[in-house]
Amino acid sequence: MVKLNGKPVELRVPSRMGYEKVAMGTAASVAKLMGFPDERIEDLKTAIAEACINAIEHGNHLNENLCVGVTLSAHDDSLEVKVLDDGAGISKLPPRPDIDRKMHGEEDARGMGMFLIQALVDEAEWVKDSKGHGSYVRLVIRLDKETD
Amino acid sequence: MQIETKTSVDHISDGNGERVTVLRFSGDISSGSHDALLGTYQTVNKSQPVLLDFSKVEYINSSGIALVIQMLMEANKNGQKIAAFGLTPHFQKVFTMVGITKYASLYADEAAAKASV
Repeated sequence: MVKLNGKPVELRVPSRMGYEKVAMGTAASVAKLMGFPDERIEDLKTAIAEACINAIEHGNHLNENLCVGVTLSAHDDSLEVKVLDDGAGISKLPPRPDIDRKMHGEEDARGMGMFLIQALVDEAEWVKDSKGHGSYVRLVIRLDKETD
Repeated sequence: MQIETKTSVDHISDGNGERVTVLRFSGDISSGSHDALLGTYQTVNKSQPVLLDFSKVEYINSSGIALVIQMLMEANKNGQKIAAFGLTPHFQKVFTMVGITKYASLYADEAAAKASV
């Protein structure tokens, strides 16, 4: 395991679909250096991809003049990720997706990103900037969590 | 940055000589995959079971999963059986989390999926 404590890794990606994979790849590299097992790296990749997609689509409304910021901070036993956009953030979390309602057309087939984020990482919180200048999602994934 | 989804359509026989359609996907399964998934599904014979081959897919996001659900909705209306194979263990877990396994069984490989229909 490589000790990465110190300055966070930061990147900015354009608000265009597909660029979430740049964040995924960077996060996977950092997590690998920290010694995360492959299964947890896969969880992290999906969670970061979904957070970036939300930021690109709902936060920055696909405006390619705006960037999505990603900050990866390595701690002794965890990796903390922040995904920042220029949007107003969310007031409340959406309900858990219901496959039966989706299958019967009573619920949008989409709308699973935040559920997946919460299910795949150890901590997830959505934070609005106190001055109204954007928002971010903060994710934490721990090294010592037992894999499924 | 998104890798285009490609779909090929195969027709195979199950152990009883019945025809089975196999949709083989490659590339990304994401918001840009509408035509590759739903467009292709519209062309298949609705009286035959369908297998979804994800073995050459490396990236799936929630928008892509939503398209899979829309395909399952159509199949459900048609009374058509669908099974999937070739998903990585991670995406098997994700599909299970969102409840897809209630409407489509997941198998490790084509032989197991074919035997199920």
